[in-house]
Amino acid sequence: MGDVSSAPVEVEPTTIPDEITVRAVPWVTIVWNDPVNLMSYVTYVFRKYFGYDKTKAERLMMEVHEDGKSVVSTGSREEMERDVQAMHEYGLWATMERQE
Amino acid sequence: MSGFHRHLRSQRIIATFSGLEADLLRTLASQLVELLRNEAAVPHDDRDPFEALMDFSGPTSAPEDPVLARLFPTAYPGDEEAAAEFRRFTEGGLRDGKAATAVAIIDGLEEAGLPPELTEDGLMIDVELEEDQAEAWMRSFTDLRLALATRLGIEDGDEEYWYSLPDDDPRAQIHDIYEWVGLLQETLVQALSGD
Repeated sequence: MGDVSSAPVEVEPTTIPDEITVRAVPWVTIVWNDPVNLMSYVTYVFRKYFGYDKTKAERLMMEVHEDGKSVVSTGSREEMERDVQAMHEYGLWATMERQE
Repeated sequence: MSGFHRHLRSQRIIATFSGLEADLLRTLASQLVELLRNEAAVPHDDRDPFEALMDFSGPTSAPEDPVLARLFPTAYPGDEEAAAEFRRFTEGGLRDGKAATAVAIIDGLEEAGLPPELTEDGLMIDVELEEDQAEAWMRSFTDLRLALATRLGIEDGDEEYWYSLPDDDPRAQIHDIYEWVGLLQETLVQALSGD
């Protein structure tokens, strides 16, 4: 038994990766299409709030318009809550969920 | 109606409204402010009155009014508890912010010369906005359009229906106003985008 107790504590190799995985699962902010918001306005909001360039902002806007929704940002839960709140300030219909 | 554009020398964003147009915008903005402040942000409940009064936190369920429900959407569609928490912490501030931007329109029009009661014919109102004021107007135009569209029940691709209504149908008149605010907003977005 003496041999065993003097050995270094064995770390279960699965513990740490699991915790990292759980913490690293990001959240996403989704903007949904609505029949009201102008395409130019939605593009403006993506450029102004997220700082995206015109090309990226227009691509996301077209996704919203044509596919009905678009993932506009990814990050921690707290960050996504801030983004969703900002989108609601701008009158865009936004929700958040865990990234699939 | 030529809408907004950026004045090259002053860099301000300017527009000229007739007295009637300015008065209409003020009416719309005032109605939005009233709606935002009207339906209690904290729903009435059956709790002990003392306990209810001591609860200063925000609402946890979606507003009953469809306009307010659209202005304050549910952030977590699949998670009622998280949605309630989010609402509790955000809806009060969002309501205040939207009321403040609508008030910015009213104040801006009145500072530009719109009298409390519009009596004078041929009155013209020149509005000159700094960048942050212009952004506030633009956001509030969104709220006004969302409110009008929700009341009318506007859906994607239904333009033909609205244009087919007789001119004296009040819904056709509201739809005209909705489109007018849309034109104003479009010019404001262009002026702010600077491209």
